[in-house]
Amino acid sequence: MLNIDSIANGIVIDHIKVGCGFKIFNYLGLDKADCRVALIMNANSKKHGKKDLIKIENVMDLDLTMLGFIDPDITINIIEDEKIKEKITLSLPEKIENILECKNPRCVTSIERNINHKFVLVDKEKGIYKCEYCDHIYED
Amino acid sequence: MLKSRHLIEPEDFTKEELEEIFVLADEIIKKPSRFSNSCSGKLLATLFYEPSTRTRFSFESAMLRLGGQVVGFSEPGSSSVMKGESIPDTIRTVASYTDIIAMRHPKEGAPKLASIYSPVPIINAGDGGHQHPTQTLTDLLTIRNTKKTFSNLTIGLCGDLKFGRTVHSLIKALSRYENNSFILISPQELQIPSYIKNEVLNMKGIKYKEVERLEDVIGELDILYMTRVQKERFFNEADYIRLKDSYILDSEKMKLAKEDLSVLHPLPRVNEISYEVDNDPRACYFKQVKFGMFVRMALILKLLGVE
Repeated sequence: MLNIDSIANGIVIDHIKVGCGFKIFNYLGLDKADCRVALIMNANSKKHGKKDLIKIENVMDLDLTMLGFIDPDITINIIEDEKIKEKITLSLPEKIENILECKNPRCVTSIERNINHKFVLVDKEKGIYKCEYCDHIYED
Repeated sequence: MLKSRHLIEPEDFTKEELEEIFVLADEIIKKPSRFSNSCSGKLLATLFYEPSTRTRFSFESAMLRLGGQVVGFSEPGSSSVMKGESIPDTIRTVASYTDIIAMRHPKEGAPKLASIYSPVPIINAGDGGHQHPTQTLTDLLTIRNTKKTFSNLTIGLCGDLKFGRTVHSLIKALSRYENNSFILISPQELQIPSYIKNEVLNMKGIKYKEVERLEDVIGELDILYMTRVQKERFFNEADYIRLKDSYILDSEKMKLAKEDLSVLHPLPRVNEISYEVDNDPRACYFKQVKFGMFVRMALILKLLGVE
């Protein structure tokens, strides 16, 4: 049995799809964090059987909006004084930057270095994004 | 307020702002001499990363007729682009010298990228197979002058609807007016991209149909917009040869059309409109060229804020 202490103040990113925890850990730059961070993989979950989980101690101001794109089923708990102060449910962000790359070979992003790859949500229900530069619909 | 704005795609401007441009264009058409010194002391940069004599001449003539001056390049080989300079760096440099920039680029979204870094107005003069908004302004001014309305029209678009950026821009623009419908006439291989169908036509509930034969639908049309099957858009020479003669407008087909049809074409044509059609009063494509210069004059004046 692996035991990780609960945190008094900070953020718990819960219900991460198994295998996505490390991706989110990297996306949030937690490898460079100077606070205590726990990445728990394959934890037991009543909802899904297994889940990944990240606990970040004493940090409140992370930009979490992009997580909705990576996995909209994630739940985020803001912990203060050992209590859940706020539960944040994620939705698909209106804009995403530098997560996807446009697959249109004619897009300017295919030749220009050092520019932000930007996508805009065009269909909330179907989760469809288009490239902000060339309007090309992103497909997996 | 159009001063200092960019024009990247037709929807950057409201219908009212477009109307402002068309009203000014009509004033210029009536009395061009009134505007011959309006841009005195102003400098337009024409950055053409791919050749286009026609559009470049139109911009340059427009600026010169307004009393302004022009600098630029007509192919990237003669510029620092060949040394590997990025678009943001080129734009920040050129914008330090000039008051307004017209940019054509083979890559889609390049003018949008330029606009993020430019302190002076960027005009998209065509980006790959994507958008060509000043051609759309040209087309709209032509329609405004020949049909006297932008509404209740059946518009046929014929030829290369897949890579034809003028077509994409025109559909977006005319979709903003009431009760228009579209007939999309093309071979299967060159049908309109799905993003135009999904985001523009379907989303706005606009009536359209896709057909393969021009003669089946020409009688329904108020406007027929012909396009060239562009050789440079094909990866495969054999595909180009197979499709290039698919859609040729000739006198026989014109006999099936309405008496008040307006035939438009962004030019240059190869063989998609027979020369015999040129003398038909319904052929508007050479008038369209002139409207193109006038509308660019009006656009430059508006973006520079000089009238």
